[in-house]
Amino acid sequence: MFRASPLPDKQTRTMLPFKRNRRQILPGFGLSMGYTVFYLSAIVIVPLATLVAGSFRIAPDLFVNTVTSPRVLASYRLSLSTALIAAMFNAFFGFLTAWTLVRYRFPGRKVLDALVDLPFALPTAVAGICFATLYSPVGWVGQFLGRFDIQLINAPSGIVIALIFIGFPFVVRTVQPVLAELEPEIEEAAHSLGASRWQAFRRILLPHIFPALLTGVTLSFARAIGEYGSVIFIAGNLPFRTEIAPLMIMSKLDQFDYDGAAAVALVLLLISFSMLLVLNSVQRWQEKAYR
Amino acid sequence: MSIEIKHVTKRYAGYTALDNISLNVDTGDLVALLGPSGCGKTTLLRIIAGLDTPDSGSIFLEERDTTGIPAREKNVGFVFQHYALFRHLNVFDNVAFGLRVRPSQTRPSKNEIRDRVVYLLKLVQMEWAVKRYPSQLSGGQRQRVALARALAVNPKVLLLDEPFSALDAKVRQELRRWLRKLHDDIHVTSIFVTHDQEEALELADRIVVINKGRIEQQGSPQEVYDHPANAFVYNFLGNVNVFHGRLRDGKVLVGDHLIEAGKRIGHHEAEHGQAFIRPHEIGISRIRSGKNDIVGFIRDIRLMGGQIGLELETAGFDKPIEAEIPRETWRNLELSRGDEVFITLDRATVFTGDYVI
Repeated sequence: MFRASPLPDKQTRTMLPFKRNRRQILPGFGLSMGYTVFYLSAIVIVPLATLVAGSFRIAPDLFVNTVTSPRVLASYRLSLSTALIAAMFNAFFGFLTAWTLVRYRFPGRKVLDALVDLPFALPTAVAGICFATLYSPVGWVGQFLGRFDIQLINAPSGIVIALIFIGFPFVVRTVQPVLAELEPEIEEAAHSLGASRWQAFRRILLPHIFPALLTGVTLSFARAIGEYGSVIFIAGNLPFRTEIAPLMIMSKLDQFDYDGAAAVALVLLLISFSMLLVLNSVQRWQEKAYR
Repeated sequence: MSIEIKHVTKRYAGYTALDNISLNVDTGDLVALLGPSGCGKTTLLRIIAGLDTPDSGSIFLEERDTTGIPAREKNVGFVFQHYALFRHLNVFDNVAFGLRVRPSQTRPSKNEIRDRVVYLLKLVQMEWAVKRYPSQLSGGQRQRVALARALAVNPKVLLLDEPFSALDAKVRQELRRWLRKLHDDIHVTSIFVTHDQEEALELADRIVVINKGRIEQQGSPQEVYDHPANAFVYNFLGNVNVFHGRLRDGKVLVGDHLIEAGKRIGHHEAEHGQAFIRPHEIGISRIRSGKNDIVGFIRDIRLMGGQIGLELETAGFDKPIEAEIPRETWRNLELSRGDEVFITLDRATVFTGDYVI
C-alpha cells in the first residue's frame, strides 16, 4: 500500500524529461506524464488553488487578525505539537510492530498483520467515539486511570492517542517491506566483524531503514495534522486548551465565516507543506548518500 | 591458527545437515569443503564462524573450545556468497567497520585505521575505489572489498561461503588465482565452501568432500582426484562413465562385456559392481590392442579446447561412452563420425556393493 521505495533505480532518477529531442528508451513518457499532471491537478492542485485564490479576497488586516488571534494560534500549536508527538510514538512503536511482523514467525501473525490496516478502514469518527467511551471517567480504562488522577479525555494527551491510532499504519507499512528485503547476511556480516547487537542495529540496520522510517513518520505526521473526525470526540474542544486547527476551520464555517475559515486553512496548509518539504529533502539527502 | 572440529552434528526438522563430522585444519592451510548443494557444507562453515550452533560436538580454534561463542567474539573473518556489503557505507567505511566497532580500549586511532584500510585495499587492488559505494562496483570488485573487510580485523581464520559462485566464469577464474596468491602471501588459515570441483582442485591445499552431512574423503587435490575413496567422490570430481553390472572374479560383467579393472575398491563378495572410468582414461585405437577391447562407433565429435570429446556407441552398453583424447591423437588416427574404433577400458576402477548417488 504505502510502499516506500528507498531505492528507486538510477534510470528514473537521471531521466531528462524536458529534452524532447532525445528519444526515451522507456516509452510512454508523454502519456504518463500528462496523465500524472492532469490527475494531480484535478485531485490536489485545483482544490488547493481554489483555497489559496479564495484567501486572496480577504482583506489583509482581517487575514492577519484571524490567523494571529490567540485562539487560532493556540490551535496551531496544539495541532502541530500533538501531531509531532503522535508521529514520534508511531516511529517507535510502528517500527517495533514492523520488526515483530517481519522477524518472527508466530501463530496469528497474519491476523495481526491485517489488523494494522484497520485504522485506514474504520471511519475515524467511530474510532473517536470508541476512545471517548473507553477513556471517559466511567469507561473501562478511564475508571482505572481516574484512580491515579490521570485524565486523558478532554486533554491534549487524549488527542495524541487518537492521532497515534490514525497514523500508526503508515509507519508499519513503509518500514515493513524494507525490513523484509534486508538480507540477514548484512547483520551476520556486522556480527562477524565484532559488532555488538546494538552496534549492528545502530550502524547498519537503522541507516538501511531510516529513509523508509522517515517516510512513514512524515505520512503519519501529515495525516495527524489534518485529522478531524476522531479527535473532536475525545478532545472536548475547550478553547485555548483542546481545540485543534481543523476544528477552528469547522467552527468558522459553522458561523458562515468563510473568509476566516479560508485564512486558517491556508496557514495550516502552508505549515504542513513546508514541513513535508523539509522532511522530504532530509530523506532525499539521506538516500543520496549511498546511491 | 588450527581448527579442530569434533563430532559436530546438526539436525533440522526432517533432515540431518551434519552427521558426526570431525575434521582438523592445520595452521595456514587453504581447505575446500566440496559437495553438492544441500550437503551441509555451508552449515558447517556457519557453525565454525559462530553464526549457527551445533546440536552436539565442539569447535576448537587453536586448542580453545569456542563452541557456543557468538560470532562477534570469535574473531573469524566471513565472506558471504552475495558479498553482504553495507550499501550505505562507501568502500573505505565498509572495510573500516570492523575496526571502528571495537571498544575504545582496543580501537586503533584514526590514522591507524586509515593506514590499515588503505593497506588492505591495496592488497585486494581496490585502493582506487575508497570513495565508491558498493552499488557502483561490479560483483568481482564487491567480493574483493568484502574480503578486505573480513581481513581488516586480523581474523584468526578466514571462512568463505561460495565466494565466487555469483560471478561469471571469467571473473571467477581470475579471482580464484588471485585468492590463491593472496593466501600464499598472508597465510591465514582459510576454509572455503564450494560445489565446483574445478575450483576446489585448483585452489585448495586440501579438499574435504562432503555428502549428505558426512565426510566422504579428505586429502590433497591430487589424492582425492586420483584415488577417490568411493563411488561418490569419483563421480563428483569430474566427468565419468559409469557401468553397472554383475561382479565376476573381480570383473564387472556389463551385458556381454567383461570390464577388467585396473583398481578395485570395496568387498570381494558383492553381487553388484560398478566400473568407473574417466573420459581421458579411455583408450581409442584403429586396431585391436587387447582381448578386452570393445568395438564401437563414433557418434559425435566435439572440440573441447585442447581435447577432443568423442561420443561412442557400442553394441553391448545401453549408454554411449564419453571419451576424451588429445587433439594430436585425433589427428593421427584421422577419426571422423561413423568410424569404427576399438575402445580400451582397462584403466577403469571397480566399486563393489550397492551405492546410490
